[in-house]
Amino acid sequence: MTTNTIAEVKNPILSLNDLSIAYDKNYAVKNVSVEIKKNTVTAIMGPSGCGKSTLLRALNRMHELYENITTEGEALLNGKNIYEMPAIKLRRHMGMVFQRPNPFPTMSIYDNVIAGYKLNGIRTKKVERDEIVERSLRDVALWDEVKDSLFKKGTFLSGGQQQRLCIARALAFSPEVILMDEPTSALDPIATAKIEDLLVKLKEHYTIVLVTHNMSQAARISDYSLFMYLGELVEYGKTKNMFTNPIDPRTEEYLTGKFG
Amino acid sequence: MNSDKITKAVLFSVSILILLLAAGMLYSLVGGSLPAFKTFGLRFIISGEWDPTYGREKYGALPFIVGTLITSFAALLISLPLSFSTSLFLGEYFRGTRVARILGILVDLLAGIPSIVYGLWGFYVLRPLLIDLGFGGQGFGIFTASLILAIMIIPYATSLSNEIIGMVPNDLKEAAYSLGATRLEVITTVTIPAARSGIVAGYILSFGRALGETMAVTMLIGNTNLVPDSLFDTGNTMASVIANQFGEADGLKLSSLIAIGLLLFLMTGVINAIGKLIIKKMN
Amino acid sequence: MESIDILKSQDHSSGRLLKDKLVLGAVIVLSLITISPIILIIWKLVVEGYRQISLDFLIENTPDTFEAMTAVANGELIPGGIANGIVGTLLMVILASALAIPIGILTGIYLYENQGSFMANITRDISDILQGVPSIVLGLISYLWIVKHITMGFSALAGSVSLAIMMLPMIVRSTEETLKMIPESLKEAALALGVPYHKVILRVLIPTGFSGLITGILLGISRILGETAPLMLTALGSSMINLDMTKPTSAIPLLIWEFYNDPNMVGLIWSSSLLLMAMILVLNLVSKQIVAKRR
Repeated sequence: MTTNTIAEVKNPILSLNDLSIAYDKNYAVKNVSVEIKKNTVTAIMGPSGCGKSTLLRALNRMHELYENITTEGEALLNGKNIYEMPAIKLRRHMGMVFQRPNPFPTMSIYDNVIAGYKLNGIRTKKVERDEIVERSLRDVALWDEVKDSLFKKGTFLSGGQQQRLCIARALAFSPEVILMDEPTSALDPIATAKIEDLLVKLKEHYTIVLVTHNMSQAARISDYSLFMYLGELVEYGKTKNMFTNPIDPRTEEYLTGKFG
Repeated sequence: MNSDKITKAVLFSVSILILLLAAGMLYSLVGGSLPAFKTFGLRFIISGEWDPTYGREKYGALPFIVGTLITSFAALLISLPLSFSTSLFLGEYFRGTRVARILGILVDLLAGIPSIVYGLWGFYVLRPLLIDLGFGGQGFGIFTASLILAIMIIPYATSLSNEIIGMVPNDLKEAAYSLGATRLEVITTVTIPAARSGIVAGYILSFGRALGETMAVTMLIGNTNLVPDSLFDTGNTMASVIANQFGEADGLKLSSLIAIGLLLFLMTGVINAIGKLIIKKMN
Repeated sequence: MESIDILKSQDHSSGRLLKDKLVLGAVIVLSLITISPIILIIWKLVVEGYRQISLDFLIENTPDTFEAMTAVANGELIPGGIANGIVGTLLMVILASALAIPIGILTGIYLYENQGSFMANITRDISDILQGVPSIVLGLISYLWIVKHITMGFSALAGSVSLAIMMLPMIVRSTEETLKMIPESLKEAALALGVPYHKVILRVLIPTGFSGLITGILLGISRILGETAPLMLTALGSSMINLDMTKPTSAIPLLIWEFYNDPNMVGLIWSSSLLLMAMILVLNLVSKQIVAKRR
């Protein structure tokens, strides 16, 4: 098979070497090797059931929450194997944003943003907290919309605002990588456009790995793309090249809408 | 279309029957307790005297009201750590596993054991054990009764909280995990706050159960008609005094027992209504 | 970015993981403590009760206290059985079911058909509150209604009425819950064919939800089987088999109470409880089986 690993990624922030993940001995991800470049948006595409979500969740070890999972190979974050550190420590460096906006319904907007600190038992001064909350909400362009209602419940916001709140919650920790699992699939086109603009801005400071089933979204905002099929990495390259000139016939078929 | 109207009328009148039943119960209890309330007035509720001697009969329900509240509260407190842990076991830690299914069936069975069998077990197994452990006396009293009551109400609180805990959406828990929370932290910051009102409702309903339990309490509480002065004192609950004294009762004493029944009916009604209201608000 | 410095200076992860493990351990231990009584109770019933169980135990009436005393003095098993209790329990459970099941199912159908209407909401709330009324209070009610005014004395009918009121709300609830699970389209299909309403109920709703209704009924029966307190105030007890519902009647739990209070008969409490518990267990397991099959 033709796995196009691109040579130009130097000092990658994340490198996966021969990573395989199996549920009850059924492989959902098979021998994936990829290097992900710092300060880029990398999209993972593929038809449903191709293993793209499993791969993403393996990067912050969320896949371990459910039993009977085996992981083989390694994944390095800045050269350190993420499977050899405590999962709860790893997850501080890997923010995650989910398909549906999921702010904590019992917490205020303020408490939602600062939730990571509370959960990790990190003591902070009030000034520090205020600063983190403001910075995170500004980063997601939500500050001006909510600064007067910081102590209201986050669940009263619109879907798009809720999703930006969830991104702010992930940013509060200043993670190195943000993992996003189809973050706009539950949103309307206007809210989607706002989030997409946001991601392009966020990559100045963060590295984003994005699972999406929306090819035009991948084309619009990602720098690099992975195409997965039946658990295998079929093709990996610059998004521009992949969309104009796919190498593998399966990629071409997917991109032209023959399956998916 | 005429037959449809008849069907609807039948269904409607049968439901009216339930309302009449409830109204009739209240009416009869009030009617039966009138002699007691007429004779003693408010003193019936606040007096601690229970003297059946003919000619100078005096009946006050205070010892039984106090006894009922103390045993039920104590039972609730004792059962709390047990049923709460069990609902976490069933609804969170081992949700969907074989172990949880078996444990769930056993907890359900706790609700199936008749009160009188709990009483026998309490009398012949638990009471000697308490005496051996140095709780003193004959092993009868408020504490022994509360202990057996605690076991009896566990399934009521557990089944509701386990269900509610299991309904907390997975994506909320995952959000907390993704921020680096441990399982315990997910439970304390996400699961419990989200399930809080359901858990509280479960405890309120199980408290309501404890108020009216009769046989096991009757067999263990010691059956004395004074306001208990400690947890280890003997006493009587409203239900147990009815069970105990009904056989030899007539006239004013019978009316007093019915009045205690009315008070118990109102107390459990209010407690259950509060519990159901919380559940309703949640949905 | 100063937040990273805060993170680095405060890493409590090992302590937090330890706490996580400790709590899990506590949850497991406390859960095991929770279920230990059921095992200990059943164990006690079996160990103390099995010797007395025999055919005689099922078909003979209770011995008088003198017979029992003689047997105990000679180191023999107490003769006789609890047939009067078994028959009384069956009689009262059947009577209570005959009262509660039709009313309960019809009310459940009414609630299902009138979701959200004022009357249905009130009926449902009242039924829920009835479910929480202590059984001893139901005994008092039935005493006031039946013992004092209908049968002019303690009777099986009075016992049955108190048990029926106890069972009724359970049937109402389980009927409504079962019907709610039947797809609306099924009902509409029948109505679209011009089938009269009562036939839709009898031919579509009840047969489709049959296993659910049966489950509710079995659980209701298992709840009233072991009731003692209301029967003390209504059925009173009898040392003979009685099939006249206007006369005092025994029941298994009533006998257990009598044996417990009679030092000569106390040897019979465990076997009677074992039999009662076995009946309840079987009803519970059968209804669980039906639920499992439906899924």
